[in-house]
Amino acid sequence: MSIGASTGAYALTDSWTMTRRELARWARQPAQVAVGLVFPVMLLLMFGYLVGGGRGVSGDYIDYLVPGMLALTMAFGLEGTMLAVTRDLDKGVIDRFRSMPMADGAVLVGRSAADMLQSTLVLAVLAGAGYALGWRAHGGPGGFLGAVGLLLLFRFAMLWIGIHLALLAGRPELIQAVQILVWPVGFLSNAFAAPRSMPDWLGTAVEWNPMSQTATAVRDLLGGPGGESGHVGAAVLWPLVLLAVFLPSALRRFARLSR
Amino acid sequence: MAEAAITVEGARKKYGGKGGAHALDGLDLRVGRGTVHGVLGPNGAGKTTLVRILSTLLRPDAGRIEVAGHDVVTQAYAVRLRIGLLGQHAALDEELGGRENLELFGRLHHLGARTARARAGELLERFDLAGTGRRPVRAYSGGMRRRLDLAASLITEPEVLFLDEPTTGLDPRGRSEVWAAVRSLVGGGTTVLLATQHLEEADQLADRISVVDAGRVIADGTADELKAATGADRIDVVLRDAGQLGAAVALLPMTAVSVDPDRRLLSAPVADRMAALSGVVQALQEAGIEAEDVALRRPTLDEVFLHLTGEDHRVKESA
Ligand SMILES: Nc1ncnc2c1ncn2[C@@H]1O[C@H](COP(=O)(O)OP(=O)(O)OP(=O)(O)O)[C@@H](O)[C@H]1O
Ligand SMILES: [Mg+2]
Repeated sequence: MSIGASTGAYALTDSWTMTRRELARWARQPAQVAVGLVFPVMLLLMFGYLVGGGRGVSGDYIDYLVPGMLALTMAFGLEGTMLAVTRDLDKGVIDRFRSMPMADGAVLVGRSAADMLQSTLVLAVLAGAGYALGWRAHGGPGGFLGAVGLLLLFRFAMLWIGIHLALLAGRPELIQAVQILVWPVGFLSNAFAAPRSMPDWLGTAVEWNPMSQTATAVRDLLGGPGGESGHVGAAVLWPLVLLAVFLPSALRRFARLSR
Repeated sequence: MAEAAITVEGARKKYGGKGGAHALDGLDLRVGRGTVHGVLGPNGAGKTTLVRILSTLLRPDAGRIEVAGHDVVTQAYAVRLRIGLLGQHAALDEELGGRENLELFGRLHHLGARTARARAGELLERFDLAGTGRRPVRAYSGGMRRRLDLAASLITEPEVLFLDEPTTGLDPRGRSEVWAAVRSLVGGGTTVLLATQHLEEADQLADRISVVDAGRVIADGTADELKAATGADRIDVVLRDAGQLGAAVALLPMTAVSVDPDRRLLSAPVADRMAALSGVVQALQEAGIEAEDVALRRPTLDEVFLHLTGEDHRVKESA
């Protein structure tokens, strides 16, 4: 819908207000926030000690597993984003925002900022837990920052896929389908085991999974086993391709709420 | 008529997909500044579609639609600055408290933090929600939630306020509270468009009423004009003995009596309520016919519609 006056002046303020709304929601639901932070740690413990994965991994398994878990957690973020957007659509609160003189896009920018903030926290907690379990980053500060950057870039792509799916489905029922689907996609990756330990066809699919690219590049940058040089490019490119597809398409969907 | 706050000419809207019917099918409406205009219609008439188009949430397929002097499609931002919306369903952040919700909406209206806070306090006080503390909206009763929703739509003292079935699901006390709030607004010069299924509600609040059916205005006028056209109030008489229905019809001092044998019911429009009531009671007593119940009532929305759609009887706009 075209806008009669410039809303650009308020773009930053409105986005910040929307981000703050999310922070206020966190303050209201500390238990839920804690669960969101602890769940990846639980998965890490489970795969590190219970399941005893690491087939085809040479070297210390924890150094292989932690980067994989970091990437997996970023992928699972898609679910949280989709859930939050669907809930806001369903509760009609997005309609109220749309009937107010807000800057275009502030609703989605606020969502992105809050989710990225949450993901950064999750990364910190999970990395801290990994450290406690003996994981060490060997890549120096440059490698460390690069790895964090790649993980967040991947999360950002997942975020816009999540927004897109929420706007596409618009109904809470479809969330379950995505919640179920995100698991096989997450696990058909090299997060827990090296592709060379798998049957050929599966290994190929796993290598192609964008999440595997990010995990491999992160392992490379952090100097862990399973890292191969030459994957940083793919770990940058894949999220950018996904963003090029899903970001504009999510924005179009949002504008089409007025259809 | 005064200057128009809302002008709708030939509004059309069809939801996606081929073969669907028009939700709005050439709807015309004109609402004078500072008045309350009722849009009365049954389920699926197009009331919510109209409200969503007027509040810039939905784009019309065709028509010229202006709110507070601005086009809802090409000047949506200007419209949004001047309107408040109470949608058919509550539109609040369920996890936040009442104050947090109002401050959020205030900030998004760019009131500034301090003004937003003051305004939130004021509205909580006014809608009797000041005591809710930090309780999340999730834990509110239906009535509290509706009042907070209404407060949220008034955050900037809008020029034009849209109310889509504001009292559906409220108990009588909640309903009269919302009605009182709406009346107090109108004193302040706000224009209100009230979409409702209840004749009673439109009657209580609206200066003028447009009756909408299948996306079109089928009648337009004051409540009195509409009721006059529909045959005003009715008297219902329930007899003890269905066998006496025929005799009773002949006795009643009125014409156009309809008979429902299953419910042993006679019903007729009346002009003078009291005269009709005493006339009926007297006539039945003299003839020795026992009545179980005699009651005066307003025409139901069904009857208004049957009348209007059956005969396409239009109330002429009083110039
Ligand atoms: N999102 C939608 N997609 C498809 N059709 C819709 C949609 N919303 C409404 N309709 C259809 O448009 C018509 C008008 O609906 P609308 O909700 O405007 O009616 P209403 O007068 O508000 O009804 P109610 O009293 O039930 O709220 C109906 O036939 C309805 O089925
Ligand atoms: Mg409706």
